[in-house]
Order: sequence, then C-alpha cells, then structure tokens
Amino acid sequence: MNPKRKQRLFIILGLVSGLGVAVGLVMYALSQNINLFFTPSQIAKGEAPPAQMIRVGGMVADGTVERDPRSLKVAFDVTDFDHNVRVTYEGILPDLFREGQGVVVQGRINQGQFVASEVLAKHDENYMPPEVTEALRQSGKLEQMMGGQKQ
Amino acid sequence: MGWRWFHQWGSPRWFYERAGRWQLVCGWLALILLVAGSLWGLGFAPVDYQQGNSYRIIYLHVPVAFLAQAMYAAMALCAVVLFVWKMKLADVAMQSIAVMGFAFTVLSLVSGAVWGKPTWGTYWVWDARLTSMLILAFLYLGAIGLRAAIQDPDQAGKACGILVLVGVVNLPIIKYSVEWWNTLHQPASLKLTEKPAMPASMWVPLLVNILGYYIAAAYLVLGSMRAIVLERERRATWVKELIGRA
Repeated sequence: MNPKRKQRLFIILGLVSGLGVAVGLVMYALSQNINLFFTPSQIAKGEAPPAQMIRVGGMVADGTVERDPRSLKVAFDVTDFDHNVRVTYEGILPDLFREGQGVVVQGRINQGQFVASEVLAKHDENYMPPEVTEALRQSGKLEQMMGGQKQ
Repeated sequence: MGWRWFHQWGSPRWFYERAGRWQLVCGWLALILLVAGSLWGLGFAPVDYQQGNSYRIIYLHVPVAFLAQAMYAAMALCAVVLFVWKMKLADVAMQSIAVMGFAFTVLSLVSGAVWGKPTWGTYWVWDARLTSMLILAFLYLGAIGLRAAIQDPDQAGKACGILVLVGVVNLPIIKYSVEWWNTLHQPASLKLTEKPAMPASMWVPLLVNILGYYIAAAYLVLGSMRAIVLERERRATWVKELIGRA
C-alpha cells in the first residue's frame, strides 16, 4: 500500500474512532433516559421521578395476580427478586401475560401503588417446542432455565 | 500477485463481465435455499411453547435484520475503499447497497411490528433496539437522498461516503442495545459464540434462510451494480460496443 493511501486510511480510522468515543460518552451520559424502564429496585431506592409517567419492568411474581371477577381490573406484583412493586391495571392483558412472565408496565406511582395504563409482555430469547417444555418441566429443569423461578 | 486481486476491481469492465456469471450462481443458490428454508421453517419446524405459530416470523425477521446491519457495514467498507483507493466501483456499490439496505431495514421494522402486536401487545415501543434500527433506516434514506440531491457524481459519492462513515457508530449501538440498556426487545437467540437458545429443529431452517437471504442480497446488489456501471460508463468504448452488439 503506498504511503499516501496508508495516510488516508489512518485519517479515516482516526476520525471514525474519535466519533465513536464522542457518541459513546453522550450515550453514557444519557443512559438513564435510554433505558426503557426502571427496575423495582431502582424504584425502591427512589431513583424514579415521582408523579410522572414511567415504566417498570420485571417478572410477574408468583401467586400475586388478583383478578376482579366482575371487571377487567387486575393487580399483581412486578419483581426483580430483590424488591416488588404492586401494580394495578384495568384493561386487556397481552396473551403472554402470566405469573413468571417478564412484563413492562407504563403508568404512575400513586400512594405506594403503581397504576398502570399499559401492560406489555416481554419475550425472552428462548424458543422451545411444547413437548420439550413438558419434558423439562417433568424433570424440573425448566425452573433452572427460567432463572430459578417456580412455575 | 500481491495486490492484483484487489486492483482489478478498479476496472468496471472486468467487474461487469464477471458479475453477470456471479449473479446467475447467486440467483439459483438463493432460490434453492430460500424455498427450502422457508418451507421447512414455516411448515415443518415445531411450534413455540409460548407464542405458538406467531414465532415463525423469525424466519423472515432475523435474516432481514441481520442483512440490514451487514449491508450497512459493507457500504461503510465501500466508503473506505472509495476514499483510500479512489475506486469508482466502490461508489457504485455504495449506491446499490443503500437502496437494498433500506428495503431490508424497512422489512425488518415492519415484520418486527407485526410480531410485536400479538407478543408484546404493541406494534411499536421507543426502546433502544427499535429506535436504533429506525435511525439505521434514516441513515440509509439519507445516503439515498444525498446522492439524489448532488448533481456531480464524484461529489455525490464523497458526500455519501462521509455520511455512511459517520453512521457506522450506530452499528455497535444496534448490536449491544439489548445488553447495555433495559429494552423490550429480547437479546439475541443466535450468537456466534454460544449455543442457540432454541433446538436444532428450529435454528437449522433459520440458518438456511439467513444464508439464503444473504445470497439473495448479493444477487440483488450485483444486478443493480451492473446496471449502474453501464449507465455511468456509457461513454466508454466497451459499453458502446456492448450495446451495439445487442
């Protein structure tokens, strides 16, 4: 490679990496704004702004889902296995909603409870045929895969 | 030998003559792989325990999303070649890839939205992965628009090259967005370094389709590059002869 080309190559590489560092610093500074949701631990620490529209993400804790039989009202705990947030919601839940499922809820904190206006199901990266799930469940390995949760 | 294999790409004529044959090979190979992979994935792969059949959009969504990013990387590589070696063909490639890459990006955004509605409960959410993919679409659109806005082809190529190189910063952001930040989009199921997070009966057809889409993209880009070469070299003797013969 002749020297002139080499020099141009280094100029390009230098400019792109400089730009990368600059963007990286901006991203780092804005990271809390880029996060889609707060975790229950962050809310417990008071990191979430009060009385503002925020999102909370975590797992639907086992045995905490209470449905009102005469309306679409539902209440459940969202947990990150350190802290829980009690969520109330009125409306249609996504198909994947169930205990042990990852969810992202949007709403406001009101007197210690999180009043949600939208509930989204979070899908993890695992795909499985139903027979495999059944076999895993029988051998007790499914709990290990799903992060030590009881099904 | 040495750099010869590289420098021969500087001749549009050399490229035009060979690309026709490569295109033929790519076209048939892509057709076979895509028919096999899609039939296998859509018809014979097992259903998912949670999502049922709706997960099958993975056989479209994952390949086109991979391609959207890979084509941008290829376009950036062409920009480097254009600036360092002043190779005309690199600019032709940039022009073709911008259009195809934009199409694949839009396809990945739309197929993701179609899957998101039944699975997440929403078509769109402003999380880091979805937003950075939308920015990728705008970068492609910018490269297409910038070229159309500048009359002189050399100037247009340089301007696009700078835009494309600046946009490269977005590629690692897309890839790591699901790990650096909390997102609704799940992390990758297929990784180069780890076992796939699905059984072989699901990921083998996916791999066939990914390969098929890559080769199909090569087919499309080669075809569009050949057309652009003919147009740009229309004053060259070899093109005049070629057209005279036809």
